[in-house]
Amino acid sequence: MVNSFQVKGGKMSLRGRAAIVGIGEVPTRRIHEGRTMIGLCAEAAHMAIKDAGLRKEDINGLVTDGTTPPPGLAEYLGIQPNFATGVTMQGASGATATMVATAAINGGICNTVLVVMGNARSDRPDPGKGPSAPSVRSEWEEPYGMAPGANTGYGLIYKRHMHEYGTTEEQLAKMAADQRFNALENENAVFNGQPISKEDVLNSRYINEPIKLLESVMPCDGAAALIITTPERAKTLTNKPAYVLGVGLKQGEANIWQRERFTETPAVESVRRALEMSGYSPNDIEFAEFYDCYTILAAMCIEDAGLVKKGEIGPFYEATDTTYKGEFPINTDGGQLSGGQPGLAGGFRHVIEGARQIMGKAGPRQVPKNDLCLVNG
Amino acid sequence: MTSAYDKPLPIPSNETLTKPFWEATKRKELLIPRCNTCSKLFFYPRELCIKCGSKDLGWQKSSGLGKIYSYTRVRQAVHPSFQSENGHAYTIVQLSEGVKLPANIVGISPDDVKIDMDVIATFEDVTPEVTLVQFKPL
Repeated sequence: MVNSFQVKGGKMSLRGRAAIVGIGEVPTRRIHEGRTMIGLCAEAAHMAIKDAGLRKEDINGLVTDGTTPPPGLAEYLGIQPNFATGVTMQGASGATATMVATAAINGGICNTVLVVMGNARSDRPDPGKGPSAPSVRSEWEEPYGMAPGANTGYGLIYKRHMHEYGTTEEQLAKMAADQRFNALENENAVFNGQPISKEDVLNSRYINEPIKLLESVMPCDGAAALIITTPERAKTLTNKPAYVLGVGLKQGEANIWQRERFTETPAVESVRRALEMSGYSPNDIEFAEFYDCYTILAAMCIEDAGLVKKGEIGPFYEATDTTYKGEFPINTDGGQLSGGQPGLAGGFRHVIEGARQIMGKAGPRQVPKNDLCLVNG
Repeated sequence: MTSAYDKPLPIPSNETLTKPFWEATKRKELLIPRCNTCSKLFFYPRELCIKCGSKDLGWQKSSGLGKIYSYTRVRQAVHPSFQSENGHAYTIVQLSEGVKLPANIVGISPDDVKIDMDVIATFEDVTPEVTLVQFKPL
C-alpha cells in the first residue's frame, strides 16, 4: 500500500472484461436423499469445471453465497484459491456473486473464479417456518400473523400493484403458466413433466391473497455453479463464452413495509446502471431471466427494467408469448416458480440459464435469438 | 379474556430501546420515534436516527389516525394460532404522520378490508404485560 497515487485512465467499466466459460447444475429436486449442502455444491463445481474444459487446479477464486462458507468448501474440494468470499445477499446472492467475481478478476486478484451455491433441506430448515430470532420481524410483524417465508411482504406488494395499476390475478397466472411450459423442456426443473394451465394457477389455493400456491416457489435441494474468467483465457477454451457486458446493483430496504412505495423495486436503478455500462437499451434485449420467488416480484422488476412500461405488466403477459418459443422469452428454464428453489442457488440459476442460452447449450429450449440477455437477481 | 392468549407476543431485539413504546401502549398511546436533532419521524425504533444518525432520540405521540396502505389476507399462517378458514388481514397502515407499521384490522370481516380505508389505532390488552396496537375503521 502507498499513501498517494495517480489514477490513470477514465471511468472504470467492466464491459466485456470477464466471460462465463463453464456451467454446472445438480438437478433441483424436493429432496436429494443422503446428500449435504457442501456435497451438492462440490458436485455442481466439478460439473462446471469439466464443462469449461479446465482442471480444478486452474481455479484461483471461489465465491459462494455464504451459507456454504468458502473455507470449508475449498477444503472439501481440495483447492486453495487466492480469492475467496461469501456473498450474503439473500435472493440476489447469485447475481451479486457473479458481479463480485467479475470485479475480483479485473482487480487483478485472481483470473478464474468458481461461483457456486446450493441447498440441502436436511442441512438448512425451510425459510420462515418457525419463530424468528429477536428482530424487526419478531417484534413488529409476527404478532400480527405472518404467512411463511417472504409470502406476507409479496402479498402486500401484489395487492398494492392491483390497486395502483389494475393488475389482475389472471394476468399474472399467465406468467406462471408460460414458465411451466419452459420447465417441460428442462430435466433439471423440479416440475418437469407436470404441465399446468393458467386456470390451474388461478384455481390453486391461496397462501395469502392474492398469492396462490402456483405463484410461489417451493423450497428444494440442488446446486449450481459457473466458471468465470478473463476474455483472454476464454478465447483459449472450447465453449462459446458468455461475456459480462454490464453489471449494476442497488440495495433497497430489506423489509418490504419499510419501502416508501411498494410497487417500485431497486431494479429501476440496478438495471439502469447495468445497461449504461453495456451500451445497450431495454429494446435491444432479446430474452430475460428474472428473479421470481413470486410472480409479482418478477412482474414488477420487468417493468422497472424498462422492458415493459410501468404498470403494464398485466396487459404485456396477456398479449405476449414469453415461452422459449415466443416473441420475448422470459425465464427460459422455468424460473424458480417451475424449477424449484434450492436456497440461494435458485436465484443464481437465473445467471446460469442466461449463460447457458448465450453459450447455445439450452438444447430443446434454446432460444433462437441468443446474443443479449438481461439477468435480474 | 376467557382463555390464555396463544398468539406470538412481540419479542424485542432491544428491550431497552422499545420499552417506552410498549409501556405507552398500555396507556393506550401510540408513540413514534422522533429525532431530537433533525425532527425526523421514523418507524421501527432504531438506536440512531435513520436520517442524520443522531443518538438524541425521543418519542412523539401519534394521532392514531391513518389509512390502510396495503393488506394481504393470510390463509396459511406460520403460527397455528392464526390459522383460520376465513383468514385474517395482515395490514400495513400508514399513519397521518407518514410512517408505516404492521397491524390487524379489528371489528370488521377481512372481506371488508380495503386499501385507502381510514382507520384509527385501538389498543388490545392481550396479556397483563402486553398491549398490542391494532386499527379499526374510523
